[in-house]
This record gives sequence, structure tokens and C-alpha cells, in this order.
Amino acid sequence: MVKPMPDHPSTTIEPGASIDSEVADMTTQRPSPQPGRGKLSARGVDFFYGSFRALTGVSLEAYSNEITALIGPSGCGKSTFLRVFNRMNDEIPGAKITGKVTLDDEDIYHKSVDVATLRKKIGMVFQKANPFPKSIFENVVYGPRVHGEKNRAVLRDTAEKYLRKAALWDEVKDKLNESAFALSGGQQQRLCIARSLAVEPEVLLMDEPTSALDPNATFKIEELMKELKQDLTVVIVTHNMQQASRVSDKTAFFLLGEMIEHGDTEKIFTVPHDQRTEDYISGRFG
Amino acid sequence: MNRQRLRLGERAIESAIFAGGVAAIVIVGLIMFFLFREGLPLFGNTSAAGFFFGKKWQPSSEPPQFGLLPNLWGSFLVTLGAAVIAVPLGVGTAVYIRYIAPRRLAGFLKGFVELMGAVPSVAVGFVGAVALSPLIKDFLHLDTGKSAIVGSVLLAFLAIPTITTIAEDAMSMVPKEYFQGSVALGATYWQTIYRVLIPAARPGIVAAIMLGLGRAIGETMVVIMVTGNAGLLPDHGVWHAFTHSVRTITGTIGAEALEVAQGEPHYQALFMLGVVLLLITVAFNSLAVTALGRTRRTART
Repeated sequence: MVKPMPDHPSTTIEPGASIDSEVADMTTQRPSPQPGRGKLSARGVDFFYGSFRALTGVSLEAYSNEITALIGPSGCGKSTFLRVFNRMNDEIPGAKITGKVTLDDEDIYHKSVDVATLRKKIGMVFQKANPFPKSIFENVVYGPRVHGEKNRAVLRDTAEKYLRKAALWDEVKDKLNESAFALSGGQQQRLCIARSLAVEPEVLLMDEPTSALDPNATFKIEELMKELKQDLTVVIVTHNMQQASRVSDKTAFFLLGEMIEHGDTEKIFTVPHDQRTEDYISGRFG
Repeated sequence: MNRQRLRLGERAIESAIFAGGVAAIVIVGLIMFFLFREGLPLFGNTSAAGFFFGKKWQPSSEPPQFGLLPNLWGSFLVTLGAAVIAVPLGVGTAVYIRYIAPRRLAGFLKGFVELMGAVPSVAVGFVGAVALSPLIKDFLHLDTGKSAIVGSVLLAFLAIPTITTIAEDAMSMVPKEYFQGSVALGATYWQTIYRVLIPAARPGIVAAIMLGLGRAIGETMVVIMVTGNAGLLPDHGVWHAFTHSVRTITGTIGAEALEVAQGEPHYQALFMLGVVLLLITVAFNSLAVTALGRTRRTART
């Protein structure tokens, strides 16, 4: 699992392409939103799994206190794109990225960036709830613990604070020392959200966080997302277009590794510019 | 007609498999029965206390003494030494292969460790007797190379493949979601390994240690060849005991079994040693099986 990774993917140039042509791509051929406006920003991102090109020239800004939804059919690259932001793709052998990705205008693929520190700022919630085989308490305080907090009282307060934030406190306050596996699927996912929040990230990436949950648990997590955007930048990948239209402020539509359209959620869902976006949201394919 | 013949064939195969399974159980049962049948009459000739609490094993003295304790102590000491060496090395190797080594090196190491497990113990014992024993004797300035510590080193060599292979298997059963969840929280690889992945595999690692040490405690050839097969209870502390000869349960049985006449007390005493050894290895294996059962449950999500 832990294998050497490509050193600094941002500095890798795809075979056959000169640096000049890449710069040209970024500056002229693909006009991008002005740098520095979004909390998170991707400009001209190409991504490869070995020789397979998973993303082509994707540019996107995600803003503070907003929820940005990435939608599109399976295999369109939206999850890959999400993982670009916390460099989870680094763990995949043969993965390669070009283009520029910034958090607060800092290049997150620069060689001076420590990946662990980056992921502390950019948290992630996965499709399948993945609590550790530890107690509920130990799950929530895992992040603070690895980042050096040892004081038991502080950890206890942290656990309560973030379990409350994740709207889970009342359900688990009497069984903090029980195994996280004793919780229902929806509770486990909220526990994972609490665990991410306990690291105090600035951005929260969510990869289809409700796809394995029933409607009631989904509703709770959607409400939670709306709360979270008060303090955070949220980027969510979802298969569920109703979900995107319910919770998100901005929506980006992906198809075959390209970002087809990006804008206010309301506009994307009512007056899409691109025929393909319209076909997808009206359920003609996907 | 055709279907009937098919069903008959199926029933024949089922019966054969069933018979095979039953035979395995029956044979183990018979071995246990035989051990007890040959060993228990000892207590008609000498007292049970004389065996279980006897501090000397001197079959040719007058009257002969068949004390379990020096044998038990020897086996315990040699196995303890083996554990001290084999547990960190075996588990460490598993961690290295599973999580740290580059893929190609990991594959090579895995094969190499398995090969290590295939070395016949008599070969290990021989190398130990002619090469390691004099080396340790000179290095520690001992009176004799036939010492418990040499036995421990060699038993560790035999236990490491078992420990590494099974521990590595247990680690491979840990869902990769734990790894992703941990690094996504900003934990480093190393923090992820020792705070999440190893604890998640802990029951399997415990089982690996138990099975490895179970092998060490039951190992005969090596200890016969390098530990001297002589020794009393310790009277100068543990280090002194490590650097001198010891008598292990397996060594005693192995070295003396061919010299005794059926039915004499010496013969019966050796069988009782066998009973004790059997109980010890059954205990080790039961602990291992219990622990493995726990891994499967925690690995399920």
C-alpha cells in the first residue's frame, strides 16, 4: 500500500509535450478563471493513470462558504478530480498530474509542500464510511492525536465539540467507548465527518458521502453539509442530481474526463448552456 | 437411471471426504490415547508429585529420578529466548514487506522468508552446532557452546518464517479504507502503520506469534544438537541459565526414546513428557485460533 510515489507530479510533463506547450495550454488555449479568487483552484489539470488520460484540461474554482458539487456519469473523472485536491492520487502507482492546483494561491503540488500538512487543511469523507476499528471516542480524536495532542481533557472536549457539529453527540454520548462498528451506516458516516472536522480543516472534500445511505440518513448529512459551509469550503462528488440541486451553490458537470460546464447550481439545472449537460440532468443518459 | 448413478457417485465422494475428515480426528485421538496409555502407568511406579514437581531428571541414578521441572524449565527458557529474538524480527519483517518495501523487493523477501521456512530443522541444527555454537562460545567466553542461547537463536530462525508469513497475511486483510482514512486526516505513513494498520491486524499478529512459538517449543532436532540435553533448575539467574546447557522436553524425548525398553518406568516417563508437550502445543494453537477468529471479525466492516 505504501509504495514510493512520483516525486512531484506537478513538475512532471507528459511524454512528447514540451514545457512551452504546457504553459501555452494554461495561458492561452484554455482561458481560466482569474487566479486567486477561489479558496481552491485548479487550472488546466490533466491527469493520467499510466497511459490512460482520466482528466483533460480541467479548471475550477471552489469558494469559501459554498458547496461546489461535481456531477457526471460513472467514470467521468469527477472522483479523480476531487482526489487531486488532497493528493490522494499520490498513493496510486503510475499516476501523474500536470497543471496547477492551489489552496489560497499556494501551489499544493510544489515540492516544498508536506502532504500530511496539506491533508490536515483539506479533509476528506469517503463514499463508504470507514471508521477505524477503535472506539467512537478514539475515532474522533485520531486526527488531534496524530497531530500531537495528548491532554486527555482537551481530547474529550474536542470529541464532544465535533460530535456535536456532526449532529451525532446525542446519539453516542453514552457509548463513546464502544466500537464504532456498533453504529448504523449513517451514524458511521457522520462519525467520519466528525473525525475529519476534528482536524479543523479549511476545506472538506466529500466523495459520494451518502451513496450507501438510506434517505433519512442522507437527509441528515445534507443538512449537516449546509451547516458546515458556514466555516468551510465544501466540494462534493455526487451521483445524485437531486442532491446536487438541493445542497450545492455551484455545480460542475463532467463528461469523459472533461469539465463541460460550471456555474451556479440554479442555472446549471434550469438553463444549461451545453446540450450534453441538459441531456444528463434531464436523465437522457448517465 | 442416469441421475441415480450421479447421485450414487456424489454420495460416494461425500462419504470418502467424510471418512478422510473423521480419520484425521480419529488418528489424533488415538495418538493422545496412546500417549496417556503408555505414560500414565508411571504413577503406579513412582508418585505423581515425584514427576510433576521433581527437580531432577536422572534416569540412571538409583533410584531413578524422573522430574518434569528441569525439562519444562529448559523448554520455557529456550522458547523465551527464541521469542525475544523472533517476535520483533518476524513482525518487523512482515511490516517491512507489507508496508514499506518497494513492490519487487517485497515479493522477493516474501519468497525468501518462505524458503527459510522450508529449511529442514536438522540442517539448521547442524549449521548451528558446527558454526554458530563455537562462535557464540568465543564471543561470550562460555565454557561450552552447547547452551540454551544457541538453541534460542536457531529456534528463532525456525519461528520467524511462520510469524512473518502469517502476520503479513493478517496485515493484508486490513481493509485499504483504513489506510486512506488515516492519511486523509494528515497522518504520516508511519503513524498510519502503527496507530491504525498494526492494531487492526493485532489479533492475527498474536496468532502468528503463537503459531511460531508453538513450532519452536515442539522443535526437537535443533535443541538436541545444540543445547547439550543436560541441566538442572537454575540457581544462578536467568543469564547464567541461558549460557549453559539445558534439557528440553523435546530434547529429552528425542535423545532417550531409543534407549529405553517398553514398559519400564523410564519409558513411561518419556511418554508423560509427551503428554505435557502435547498439552502445551494444544494451548498455543488454541490461543492462535481464538486470536485469528477475532481478526476476521474486526476485518469485517
